[in-house]
Amino acid sequence: MKAPAFDYLAPTSLAGALAALAEHGEAAKLIAGGQSLVPALNLRLLAPGILIDLNGIGELKGVSVQNGHLRLGAMTRHVELERSPVIRQHAPLLAEAIRHVAHPAVRTRGTIGGNLCHADPASELPACMVALGAWFTLAGPDGERRVPANAFFKGVYETDLGPDEILTAIEVPQAGTNRRHAFLELARRSGDYALVGISCTAEMDGDIMARLRPVFFAAGPHPMVADHAASVLNGRKPTAALVQAAAAALADDLSPEGDLQISAHTRIHLARVIFRRAVARLVPEAGLDGPQEVAA
Amino acid sequence: MSAKLDTTGPTGLSELDRPNSYIGRSVPRPNLTRLTQGRGQYVSDVVLPRMGHVAFVRSPHAHARIVSIETAAAKAAPGVIAVVTGRELAGVCTPWIGVLTHLKGLKSAPQHPIAIEKASWQGEAVAAVVAQTRAQAEDAAELVAVDYEELPVVTDMETALDPGTPVIHPELGDNLAWERLHVAGDPDAAFASADHVIEATFGFGRHTGVTLEPRAVVADYNAGDGRLTVYQATQAPHMIQNILAKHLDLPESQVRVLCKDVGGSFGIKVHVYADEVATAALSKLLRRPVKFVADRIESFVTDIHARDHRVKGRIGVMNDGTITAFEIDDLTGIGPYSMYPRTSAIEANQVVNFTGGQYTCPNYRALARVVFQNKNVTCQYRAVGHPIACSVTEGLVDLAARRIGMDPVEIRRKNVIPDDAYPCQSSAGMKFERLSHQAALEKLLDMMDLEALRADQAEARRRGIHRGIGIASFIEVTNPSAAFYGVGGARISSQDGVTVRMDAQGSIHVASSVTEQGQGAEAVTAQVVATAFGVPIERVRVVTGDTDNTPYGGGTWASRAAGIGGEAAWQAGKVLRGNVLSVAGAILQAQAENLDIRDGLVVDAETGRERMPLDEVARIAYFRPDTLPPGVQPEFVATRHYVPKRYPFAFTNGIQGSYVEVDAETGFIKLLKHWCVEDCGTILNPQLVDEQVRGGIVQGLGPALYEHCLYDEHGQLLNGNMADYLVPMAFEMPDIEVGHVSTPTGESELGAKGAGEAGTAGAAAAVMNAVNDALAPFGVVLTSIPMTPERVLRALGRV
Repeated sequence: MKAPAFDYLAPTSLAGALAALAEHGEAAKLIAGGQSLVPALNLRLLAPGILIDLNGIGELKGVSVQNGHLRLGAMTRHVELERSPVIRQHAPLLAEAIRHVAHPAVRTRGTIGGNLCHADPASELPACMVALGAWFTLAGPDGERRVPANAFFKGVYETDLGPDEILTAIEVPQAGTNRRHAFLELARRSGDYALVGISCTAEMDGDIMARLRPVFFAAGPHPMVADHAASVLNGRKPTAALVQAAAAALADDLSPEGDLQISAHTRIHLARVIFRRAVARLVPEAGLDGPQEVAA
Repeated sequence: MSAKLDTTGPTGLSELDRPNSYIGRSVPRPNLTRLTQGRGQYVSDVVLPRMGHVAFVRSPHAHARIVSIETAAAKAAPGVIAVVTGRELAGVCTPWIGVLTHLKGLKSAPQHPIAIEKASWQGEAVAAVVAQTRAQAEDAAELVAVDYEELPVVTDMETALDPGTPVIHPELGDNLAWERLHVAGDPDAAFASADHVIEATFGFGRHTGVTLEPRAVVADYNAGDGRLTVYQATQAPHMIQNILAKHLDLPESQVRVLCKDVGGSFGIKVHVYADEVATAALSKLLRRPVKFVADRIESFVTDIHARDHRVKGRIGVMNDGTITAFEIDDLTGIGPYSMYPRTSAIEANQVVNFTGGQYTCPNYRALARVVFQNKNVTCQYRAVGHPIACSVTEGLVDLAARRIGMDPVEIRRKNVIPDDAYPCQSSAGMKFERLSHQAALEKLLDMMDLEALRADQAEARRRGIHRGIGIASFIEVTNPSAAFYGVGGARISSQDGVTVRMDAQGSIHVASSVTEQGQGAEAVTAQVVATAFGVPIERVRVVTGDTDNTPYGGGTWASRAAGIGGEAAWQAGKVLRGNVLSVAGAILQAQAENLDIRDGLVVDAETGRERMPLDEVARIAYFRPDTLPPGVQPEFVATRHYVPKRYPFAFTNGIQGSYVEVDAETGFIKLLKHWCVEDCGTILNPQLVDEQVRGGIVQGLGPALYEHCLYDEHGQLLNGNMADYLVPMAFEMPDIEVGHVSTPTGESELGAKGAGEAGTAGAAAAVMNAVNDALAPFGVVLTSIPMTPERVLRALGRV
């Protein structure tokens, strides 16, 4: 479990990093927090010729509020999101979800940009970004471009990021006062990747549900927006029967695979369970609580 | 640790209750500061001049003939010292066969340190690369080209004995390694006359030990001395010395095994591993030090696995709750070889020996079959056989209680061997000196507050929350005599020795043949010697793990360090006290028997009045012996050895309780609380005993819910990493309350029995019974571990 030999470069500016990336092309790999990359190197699953370290680039760091949205530098570490009062105020869904990302040691080192670019389909943050309607800023040799989160995630470990591009920032629209959120996941152990999880937002017009946006993780090759299920509830007053019908529609929204822990079939079952529980949390006034709390 | 004694704790028994006794007190471990400051010395910290690092090329196939091995490219790689195949290494190291004569009929095939003709499991080493660094060795290992011819793979133990299944070792005739049938009483008649006969099939997944520190060895063959020095993380240094000498053709006196700090063993580090022997052989071949530190991937495919049993069980019960008979049919797959030298048949043997052993029921039939398969080897891991025997027994007892509508507590009260029935023998022939099932059960019920728990369970059930209560009593084997291995021909010592010596300042140097694995053996040894001799514990220094400098002994396994090594320390300390007092008496012109040593001072035994400090006795003895009367020769060193003789094993007992919550929609099981009452006789150090029990419970809860080595039909381990192999962590574990009943063994003066297996023995059974209690409203019973969400949901018919 020793990584194969590689060269190492630590640029101190974004321009320097982009230049290095242009120079080394496919042989290069960007390293952010290293929480997924370093194990992959040690397992010799990857053998890049050179690592370009983004940790010395100040302009990629930090959380701020700009023009009605939240700006997260791609090299912001999970722990900073976890502790940020700005995040708690403007994106409480993120503040809740971040505590489910691995363990404190990983969150201390891991970065939001690294997490999103790794694009693990079981990861919490990609689904949150899709639920929140975030936009990603990608810098490349020809300047910047902005991509909506739901277009960024293409497949298993696959994103819209070009080989010569670097994710620099994430913009999250600020939560309106009427927005509600719910986050639930089922993981075998605390900090494990979820068997299945849901990150969702919604608004209520009186007792009518509006703009319900349920996004599942570990339920398909990338964050899966459950449009069919949402359409059952949006514009209606949520009842137990409607929630049941919406949960049934999830079979059309999700395309999970089986793995060592659980079969694809059981994933759908669990997705339905947490969907019902998530909706019950979104509208506690509707009294939709299931027979019991999540035991996990 | 202050020299002043804490007198608020429990006092020892009268014989042990010396004025300055540390027995029964939670003395901190003497090595705590060093280890917590990161100043321990583990094998991976050992660096020697000219040391090479070995990486092994391991078979990616579960069963394959080695057609050819091309090493030229690897030999030319940067930093490479040598690339060695099994055939080349066979020139300096002979093969072995893991059998014991008392396990009649046990067979296995010769195993080489590096495979020669064929690889028999995924992960078996087929070549070794030694380089200046481990990274260079790994780089070069990728350049070794091995041409394999894949062979049919045997993975399913259920079909391993079928006529159509290939035989892994054709020269053995079949895939049956060992078989044992045991019959006691008249089980057929007992089943026939029982009011009810209940059957169930229990499954126990393969799992492994996952020591924090991986297996590691530095072997240093000095051709000038013709002497091999081995630094190894091992539980049994003298056993390793014997094995290496035997297979590397050296006299035992020319092999020194040093075992410094060890980061956990749990039975993983008590065996002879091919890659460790290969490392020693490479050192001899290359005439330079060679280091091997298993990485985590290697650990998963080469550290012994455990369990992998399928047990069909039957119980006969009368309507009044009397258990009339037990029957088991145990099948276990052990991998392609029986492990050397302790063999891989012991676990099945112990399943036969322990099933039903808590109960008076005299009728018993047990069949155990041990089969070969192309998976990693299994062997003795913490609580060998115990959790299997306990889960089967206690699972069947709960099913019987349910069938006749009896309270699970009542059926146990009715059937456990009464506390006043000892000494006695179980239906499997196990000899019990004295156990305490009844007292332990009542104590457990007190601790659990069963009535309150049942009220909470009923209240939760009204809210649709499914909670369950489970209990499981167990017997535990500790303090083994030669009956385990010695009688079968293995040169594994069951006796241990301790040498104590007083230095010129009145401090005590202790050398013990038991070993420190992180469990606190050195702390217990220091406590016992300090008490027996009479000095503050900080004046006692304990050395373990050095075949050149400790007495000969077995080491640490089967819960023997405190009970056996501790008694040797006690006796040695007493002898040294007598020796010192005889000299003090000569100096003070007093009768030695009227003197005592307390808190580092020679005192009047009667009054406790100080007569002279120990360092003054030492000063005179060592520097002014001319002032001693003629004929007084100070002997400030004493050695004593100990082995239990009246009983083959010191059986102990205990009982565990579990409270769980099952989410019937998700299949998730949450452990709400766990309790254990155990009886290890005299408790030498309450904190260490409690931590042994807690740690053991966690290692029982892991496989109950999480830990499982998953193989596919090709013999590939699918989850050999720390992300996919689920070791429980603190968050998953419940609060664990530990209580004690103390029934000292009469074999030794200390009266201590072992405590290391207790937690692991009963944890899974208690949880399984609790889960089944929680799911009782659904009419569902789970009998296979790990109880995963998928298995729970399938049982419930939800998926």
